[in-house]
Amino acid sequence: MTTPVIGVLQEIDLGPLAPEHLSEVIVGIILMLLIFLVMKLAIVPAFEKMYEERSSRIEGGMQRAAAAEAKAAAALAEYNDQLSSAREEAARIREDAKNAGAQIVAEAREKASKESSRILESGRTQLDAERTQLLVELRGEVGGLATTLAGKIIGESLTDDERANRTVDRFLAELESAR
Amino acid sequence: MNPGLLPLDAGGYKPPGVDDFSFGAAFPDAPGWLGADWLNKPLLQAVIGALLVILLWWWASRNLKVKPSKGQFLGEYIYEFVRNGIARDILHHDYKRFLPYLLGLFSFLLVNNWFGEFFFFMFPTFSNVGYAYGLAFLSWCVYVGAGFAKFGFGGFLKRQLIPEGVPWYLLPLIIPLEFLANFITRPITLALRLFANMFAGHLVVMVFVLGGAYLLTLENNSFFNVAGGVSIIFSFAILFLELFIGALQAYIFTVLTAQYVSTSISEAH
Repeated sequence: MTTPVIGVLQEIDLGPLAPEHLSEVIVGIILMLLIFLVMKLAIVPAFEKMYEERSSRIEGGMQRAAAAEAKAAAALAEYNDQLSSAREEAARIREDAKNAGAQIVAEAREKASKESSRILESGRTQLDAERTQLLVELRGEVGGLATTLAGKIIGESLTDDERANRTVDRFLAELESAR
Repeated sequence: MNPGLLPLDAGGYKPPGVDDFSFGAAFPDAPGWLGADWLNKPLLQAVIGALLVILLWWWASRNLKVKPSKGQFLGEYIYEFVRNGIARDILHHDYKRFLPYLLGLFSFLLVNNWFGEFFFFMFPTFSNVGYAYGLAFLSWCVYVGAGFAKFGFGGFLKRQLIPEGVPWYLLPLIIPLEFLANFITRPITLALRLFANMFAGHLVVMVFVLGGAYLLTLENNSFFNVAGGVSIIFSFAILFLELFIGALQAYIFTVLTAQYVSTSISEAH
């Protein structure tokens, strides 16, 4: 073992605990400083930059996903909204239709009953009028017939019962056929 | 047959020892400082290790993609091991300031420790204690400097030397003890732990490999030959253990540095 480099320790033999050359310590420090500088200036920044990019990209992706989710939720809500309003409208239309139908039926019924009563009324009036007319006509005709009959009776021999009877019979037959 | 159990007496075998850790000049015939004694194998290894660390990280950090490729995934795994597993866990929100030092420290230690198991090198650089001292001194500068920067000279010393709740009459005893613990033994244990693990591990590997090779090639003793073969086979297991220990020591050195920084800059005592 060569003599230790550190002056104070020269008296004691430190064996392998004393550096053989002081250059070991110096070179170790210089190399480590060199490595430190390279790490600080180049390698660590490169890695950290990449990590930052990665995390920002992941965050961006997460934000995009959240936005898409919110959009989908909004669309779903809108859809549900529209659906329920459409349902409401349909129900309302159905209700309206029902009401309108009932009204129409009622109106029709009323109209029909009115119509029928009017028809009945008019029929009755017509019948009355016809009957009156018939009565008037009949009355005139009966008078005429009676006169004709009386004339014929008088014109014939009143004693000839048979003839008179025939005349009456003929008259009645004429009357019968005239009806 | 050789009746003795100690072939070492026969001469020719020199057990591995401290001398196996000191090297002569790498280029003894070179002129000027190139041929100096201090320019030896461990020093070349340290330089190559540092260049390797820089080149590997440069290679891993160029062209980083948000969606990692397989190679980048490996680089990120190691980077995150130091960043999240060591720096962020221990230093919390302050970790980014110290991350370059910790990352460089871990990589430099790991590469140099694994040199002990790699062909061509086959020597852990930090089993030469000077390099361990150098790194421990730097770590000491980092954690003491961080404390001074944050609390000022007096404030930091007060925080480090006077624990809360200590009665005044104990202070003459406590202050030197705390000073010793926080400023002297920390870097020394940091350096010695690393050095001793590497040194002892390399020594064990040498015992198994060199001793095994000697026994294997010994003439006229088949028992020793078999024992030598087994010893060499077993040395592979030891080499794997050394790989693990090298990684572990790199991790411990880095974690403890981070821990010391954390105690220096933490608000609560």
